[in-house]
Amino acid sequence: MPDDHRRLERRIADMPPVTDEIVTTTCYMCACRCGIRVHKKDGKPVYIDGNRDHPVNKGVLCGKGAAGLMNHRSPARLTTPLKRVGARGENAFEPISWDEALDLAVSWLKPIRDDDPRKLALFTGRDQSQAFTGWWASQFGTPNYAAHGGFCSVNMAAAGLYTTGGSFWEFGEPDWERTEYLVLFGVAEDHASNPLKIGLGQLKERGVKILSINPVRTGYSAIADEWVGITPGTDGQLVMAICHELLRTGRVDLDYLIRYTNAPWLIIQDPGAADDGLAARDDNGTPLVWDRRRAMAVPYDDPDAAPAMKGEVTLPDGRKALPAFELIARRCLDDAYTPEKAAEGTGMAAADIRRIADELAQAAFEREVVIEQPWTDSWGRKHERMIGRPVSMHAMRGISAHSNGFHTCRSIHILQLLLGSVDTPGGHRYKPPYPRHIPCPAKPTGKPDQIVSCQAMPGMPLGFPGGPEDLLLEDDGTAVRIDKAYSWDAPLAIHGMMHSVISNAWKGDPYRIDTLFMFMANMAWNSAMNTPGTLDMLTDVDPETGDYKIPHIIYSDAYQSEMVAYADLVFPDTTYLERWDAISLLDRPISDPDAMADAIRQPVVAPDRNVRPFQDVMLELGHRLELQGLTAEDGSAKYPGGYADYLVNHLRKPNVGSLAGFRGEDGDLAGKGAVNPDQLDAYIENGCHWRHELGEGHRFFKFANAGYLKEAKSLGLIDDDSPIVMQIYSEELQKFRLAAQGHGKQQPPDSERKRVETYFDPLPLWYPPFEQESETYPLHAITQRPMAMYHAWGSQNAWLRQIHGWNRLHIGRAVAEREGLAEDEWAWVESRHGKIKARVAITDGVNPNTIWTWNAIGKRSGAWALAADAAEAMDGFLLNHLIDDLLPPREDGYRYSNSDPVTGQAAWYDLTVKVTRADQGPSVSEPHFVTLKAGASVAGAES
Amino acid sequence: MTMLPASTEKKLGLVIDLDICVGCHACAVACKSWNSTGTAAPLSDITPYGAEATGTWLNRIHSFEVDDGEGGFTLHFPRSCLHCDDAPCVPVCPTGASYKREKDGIVLVDEDLCIGCGLCAWSCPYGARELDDGTGTMKKCTLCVDRIDNDDLEEIDRVPACVRTCPTSARHFGDLGDPNSEVSLLVAARDGVALMPESGAKPVNRYLPPRSRHPERSSAPVRTPVEDTSGASGFLAWLDRALSD
Repeated sequence: MPDDHRRLERRIADMPPVTDEIVTTTCYMCACRCGIRVHKKDGKPVYIDGNRDHPVNKGVLCGKGAAGLMNHRSPARLTTPLKRVGARGENAFEPISWDEALDLAVSWLKPIRDDDPRKLALFTGRDQSQAFTGWWASQFGTPNYAAHGGFCSVNMAAAGLYTTGGSFWEFGEPDWERTEYLVLFGVAEDHASNPLKIGLGQLKERGVKILSINPVRTGYSAIADEWVGITPGTDGQLVMAICHELLRTGRVDLDYLIRYTNAPWLIIQDPGAADDGLAARDDNGTPLVWDRRRAMAVPYDDPDAAPAMKGEVTLPDGRKALPAFELIARRCLDDAYTPEKAAEGTGMAAADIRRIADELAQAAFEREVVIEQPWTDSWGRKHERMIGRPVSMHAMRGISAHSNGFHTCRSIHILQLLLGSVDTPGGHRYKPPYPRHIPCPAKPTGKPDQIVSCQAMPGMPLGFPGGPEDLLLEDDGTAVRIDKAYSWDAPLAIHGMMHSVISNAWKGDPYRIDTLFMFMANMAWNSAMNTPGTLDMLTDVDPETGDYKIPHIIYSDAYQSEMVAYADLVFPDTTYLERWDAISLLDRPISDPDAMADAIRQPVVAPDRNVRPFQDVMLELGHRLELQGLTAEDGSAKYPGGYADYLVNHLRKPNVGSLAGFRGEDGDLAGKGAVNPDQLDAYIENGCHWRHELGEGHRFFKFANAGYLKEAKSLGLIDDDSPIVMQIYSEELQKFRLAAQGHGKQQPPDSERKRVETYFDPLPLWYPPFEQESETYPLHAITQRPMAMYHAWGSQNAWLRQIHGWNRLHIGRAVAEREGLAEDEWAWVESRHGKIKARVAITDGVNPNTIWTWNAIGKRSGAWALAADAAEAMDGFLLNHLIDDLLPPREDGYRYSNSDPVTGQAAWYDLTVKVTRADQGPSVSEPHFVTLKAGASVAGAES
Repeated sequence: MTMLPASTEKKLGLVIDLDICVGCHACAVACKSWNSTGTAAPLSDITPYGAEATGTWLNRIHSFEVDDGEGGFTLHFPRSCLHCDDAPCVPVCPTGASYKREKDGIVLVDEDLCIGCGLCAWSCPYGARELDDGTGTMKKCTLCVDRIDNDDLEEIDRVPACVRTCPTSARHFGDLGDPNSEVSLLVAARDGVALMPESGAKPVNRYLPPRSRHPERSSAPVRTPVEDTSGASGFLAWLDRALSD
């Protein structure tokens, strides 16, 4: 027998390079947008790792990102444009050419545009080119546009933007380097995947306390120093009790509140009047505060003012007013928000709530962080140093996906403001272009007079209403938009309501549409609430016309997802390694608190199938439709070089385009500058990203940092360098409430008044989620994404399905004992809406009244080019089947979307259920849908 | 069979921090991906799109719920070859395919010699070896032996793929035979442990134990309200004092 291993040792020593070439680009396996290096061998990608120079992931890469190779090689890749030949849902198609596909689309879309552009609904799912697709929709002239934010995290974005001018994730992040305490609210393996992990590692290294509030103890909650298994939907109650406790014990940052928030603004107290609850203003429109020394109302920005924070005053015109802070304090100190009261709902002990409040106050006020960096605020006051309150927070879907998510998120920001921690050293830091003014200046477009046949709309479909006058309503008060975003149903639906589109289009409420056009949105499966009902709506025929109630469906996807079977026309997209993209500051930026940043994707390889990048297709389609912005004066295509051409040459405003880096003829300008024809080459040279550091004194207190605001304006991040006063009291909400109380031109119909008045509360508020546990349905049911499948839209990945090929229903030990369920047994789960059968796993790491599962693991048999008996279809399951897309009927029979009443955010975490033991024996998860027959042309597995 | 070296010049190994491992599987997939291209290739995937996909992985993550009598905690535990000093998998190999390198202590399988009998896997107390159903040979963690001395890679990248990619920095690589190496100092500082020392295999890899997951519930002083009156009125009285200047 040999006693040496020369051959292997030589092979190791002589191993040929794994890589012929390393190409940088940006990951698209989730929404995190990390920088990656794709290693190529013989022209093909063979290995992907993280780009160390990239500002998002700094070289690390999650399991999904590393497995991107297998998505790129997936047998489920579509190979050619497809035209439906069978019944919708049968998955029967014939391959057609791109010319035929585009002609067919034009034959549907041209008449719509000539008649009523609203009859096109364009919804783009997990689109990372929303600055482009939204612009395309406005060029077409339809307001019916959104991406998937309405069922993802709009509560977070809206509550943050209307309170602090920023939010979590791409809007801001904990000051990982300096924070002394981190609270995670409802954060599972979701948004900001790698940056969060990097940051948690840093905090562990420094021994900083991590508190995780989450019904489920996995992932980050498992490594937290303290896990609070809160009852779903009660986080706001906890936060309000913490605010109560901080106020009760006088541990709030009054200086910060006075300087940087509207806490001292005088709020008019004139019940029944049109100005009740609005800020008192002088003749210039400047809000007033009460100067304690001079005993008079003065403009809030009077540098000599010593503003009062309490006490009713009489204004010169005789009206009574109170500082906003007194209203906030009275609300938080109300008996409804005591720790004892919160203990009843949250499942926590009141003593623990008090302790947590105490810990937060200790970290904020006894461990203040000082940076010896002088700065000047917007009112000209010079500060010798930057003093920080090192408490930081991150909150995400566990807060967002509830019908009380907007106010819960708002209360988290109010807690941050009471502690004085927003954008201070050690606190929660904005990432440029945030903070933005409140409300953000861009209004939604799509008022009736803005929708004209054959014309572009004058602005982008999505924006930020400042009051009822900005809603998109017909003269009779009904919704302009098919999803009812910006109607009285959901006035601040700033991300649209993708989850309402199919249901409303099917009902013809508020009207019938002609073409539903979707991209990367698996609405026939895991992206819909009420999946079985959605499938029925997609295939329902109008008996009068014999046609489908939704007459045309165009769908674009790279893969044979469940939704493909329900399309009439399929535009096959490329994989993320075959395309150009911009990670644009106009869209969802990748800046960090110290710098503005953006990035590109470049094609690493050319597609080997008859597929085209979705954005290229949209540009050509737009030109064929003769859309103004996509057509040159001579009638030729404005961007003949496709999306890469658009990224470089399209200007959104003078000198501002999709990419902020390497602008100007010489490529040396940041933010604003003329078109640089070599811009993409410059990005590639720089690793496909660009980062521009802010001035040294501009990195904190950005809302009122004169240097930052001036710099931000010069870089094109904001148009106005006036200070951003954080709205601890929300006048915008009060404006809607006043309308509900009978004031102003734009008022809700009587049937909506009470709802608007209740939920448009300018003060912090907690109310129970609309769906509450009951004797019949005593358990809460929620989902999370596993880290290796976070934000996934393809469990067909050959490697990842070996890790998460099926899911279980995780139930607490007490529930299992009560129902006589053992590990791996089958159970029925019933809600008011539906029933599923799934196998259980027993856990101790869950709130006792909650069950949960991994989301989007279950797949429909026959989809994703998996075997018909794939584990995902046999053992895997979705909770979606249990979630109604509508709330129970109102008295008059009307049914609202199952959503937050302020933002329209889908409330899929409100679900309550009961669990019972099912008959055991050989079984599959239920409902089990008919296997999709092979019909869509797919690439098949590589040999 | 191959004898174990009496001693090795280095003891290369991993130090895995269980306090910070969030169980994300990044290391496992990076390992799978690198070793599907390097000298350990292929790591077979059996029916990757079939009813159930299985395949060879050199590193797997297990998540456990631990009952510590105080409410328990969830532990994420990455498992791979521990490159034991007294590796039982080496002398048991009938063909000599398994061996331990004298220069750095890495335990390897020479697949040209491996007959896939499985004795080594049977002898491993840690279940750290996998018989590849595609190649019929034994596969195991090589500490990315084709990365750590690889001149084609930038120096900073000459670490195992799992260490390079770990988002939380829970994985560390170095010479555990050198008491002054960074990894040895880390083990000393954090009371790192050998897994199942009773196995007698003298594993080289170390695990850093999790910190207590339980708050010190008695630490919070009872705070009195700002004024002797209750609710908002007490707070507002305090406010007067706080703002008086």
